[in-house]
Amino acid sequence: MSIETPMRDLGKGKKANAGDRIFNRTITGAAFTSLIILAGITVFLGAKAGPVLQEQGLSFLTETMWDPLGVPPEFGIAGMLYGSLLLAVIALVISVPVSLFLAVFMVFMAPPKVSKILTNLVDLMAAIPSVIIGLWAFYVLVPPAQEWQQLLNQYLGWIPLFQNESGNFTGTPFIGGVVLAIMMVPIVTSITAEVLKRTPPELVNAAESLGCSMFTMLRYVALPFGRGGIVGGVMLGLGRALGETIAVFFVLKLVFDINFYKIIESGGGSIATLIVSKFGETNGEYEVNVLLASGFFLFLMTLVVNAIANLIVARTDRLKS
Amino acid sequence: MEETVVAMEEMGVDVVAAERESQTIEMSAKGVSVWFGKRKILENVNMDFPKKTVTALIGPSGCGKSTFIRTLNRLHELIPGAALAGEILYEGQDIYRQDVDPVHIRLAIGMVFQKPNPFPSMTIRGNVLSGLKLSGMKRPDHDALVEQTLTSAGLWKEVKDRLNAPAGDLSGGQQQRLVIARALAVNPHVLLMDEPCSALDPASTLRIEETIRELSKDITIIIVTHNMQQAVRVSDYTAFFLAEENQPGYVVEQGLTTEIFGNPRDQRTLDYVNGRFG
Ligand SMILES: Nc1ncnc2c1ncn2[C@@H]1O[C@H](COP(=O)(O)OP(=O)(O)O)[C@@H](O)[C@H]1O
Ligand SMILES: [Mg+2]
Repeated sequence: MSIETPMRDLGKGKKANAGDRIFNRTITGAAFTSLIILAGITVFLGAKAGPVLQEQGLSFLTETMWDPLGVPPEFGIAGMLYGSLLLAVIALVISVPVSLFLAVFMVFMAPPKVSKILTNLVDLMAAIPSVIIGLWAFYVLVPPAQEWQQLLNQYLGWIPLFQNESGNFTGTPFIGGVVLAIMMVPIVTSITAEVLKRTPPELVNAAESLGCSMFTMLRYVALPFGRGGIVGGVMLGLGRALGETIAVFFVLKLVFDINFYKIIESGGGSIATLIVSKFGETNGEYEVNVLLASGFFLFLMTLVVNAIANLIVARTDRLKS
Repeated sequence: MEETVVAMEEMGVDVVAAERESQTIEMSAKGVSVWFGKRKILENVNMDFPKKTVTALIGPSGCGKSTFIRTLNRLHELIPGAALAGEILYEGQDIYRQDVDPVHIRLAIGMVFQKPNPFPSMTIRGNVLSGLKLSGMKRPDHDALVEQTLTSAGLWKEVKDRLNAPAGDLSGGQQQRLVIARALAVNPHVLLMDEPCSALDPASTLRIEETIRELSKDITIIIVTHNMQQAVRVSDYTAFFLAEENQPGYVVEQGLTTEIFGNPRDQRTLDYVNGRFG
């Protein structure tokens, strides 16, 4: 015969006081609000995009045309979608190494004073409005950039990436990418520096006692430790690059055809810039909806890129021996 | 040899007893003073570390034991504002000479810290081999090296079936033994240990002490400890550091552990080893 002792009521173990309750509700409310806003945007854009997609069919995503006055009007934003990605990749390739070097220098190499000045400068750079960067790029960056691109073409022209048949080096994806990189660097640098500063000193001690060099300490200790945070910073920067409108508007020549890889050839695409340049001169409500549908796909693309990045972090977080 | 004997007599070491121990001096500190910025932390430390012996550094907190031990493998110089006078000799050569590569010194003179600090992004095996990657040192047969160093550190049996598990899965005591294996994998001649057991439970502490005794058959060990029984259990020699309020630390007394604990010459040593202060 077994003797059973009755089960005790353990309660919830958290008799929160009034202050805690209000705090909890506020936080939960704020979290829900951001979810609701996100859902709201998705629904709004989706509702506009749905009918457009239905009418235009898949060619909206695979074709390259903009014929609002045709009968029926026809639209295809493949060049724009692809262009946005190409610009982002160029910006990524330029800004990530620069940001990493800068952050490493600030955290591990520079004397404290220099490091402080640099930190402030970087933060200041992040605060420059993009329209100012666009104007600056248009007047100051574009003229010398044409010469750099000519040099690239002259010496590396045998690489398809650096082909240019038109002899026109203005409004290229390369310049657009450089401008985006300039806007990404402060974000990525600032976050990377924050992450690197958090490298536990006892791990740095361990590496030092094992005869590390600055490079191996970074490679095996500081960067693996900060990887998640650094990728997060890059993603934030990339989000800005994908969605950036005005700065690119000043330097990129918008063309509907896909410029697949000739990054120093005049003309490229960008969804965000497409929207801003067409919005003021639409021919009727249908074209506005087409622009909103384009925005929907930009939004979708950003989400997908983020998801892929998360996947990469999760995968590489698995241990290597 | 002659010099050594004289130096040891000056230190108050029982030369006859020391003669039975191994004779050659692996490392020594000659007139070492240390500063952080303008503040003098240590004053004129002179000490010899005979080969394949264990030396315990004892003394109250803040008297400069950690600072001293970090001068012995040139970790000291990595702290901004750190300065040093005097010489640290390793195999008869001053390790602070201009033409000496600090990496070479840090590999020859390994270190284990107070808080177990395995690399969390690496596996157990990866941690053992991490010194090779960090320093660029080449050693053949990594599998054998992993087994041999983990065995020396007294951890092999517990982890041999999960070498590819994250180091963070281990308990504190196991992590500290892993860190010892990691230090051994670059084949050091000297191992510095700064309060290696102060974050561990008594059972783990005993395991580490066994390991220390075992290792001292092959390498020279210098250990900082606040645990008097530990100093007695593991060390051959003991040095007692002390610092008066706002004054640099110095060595009050040093010599054979049996002497320092059994028959100290200085009243302060007697009081300290009997737990009357500090
Ligand atoms: N990085 C540092 N900068 C300035 N002062 C330090 C530093 N590290 C230690 N000190 C000072 O040096 C003295 C000795 O410290 P430490 O060597 O850690 O003593 P112990 O290990 O004997 O407890 C203490 O007064 C401490 O405040
Ligand atoms: Mg200490």
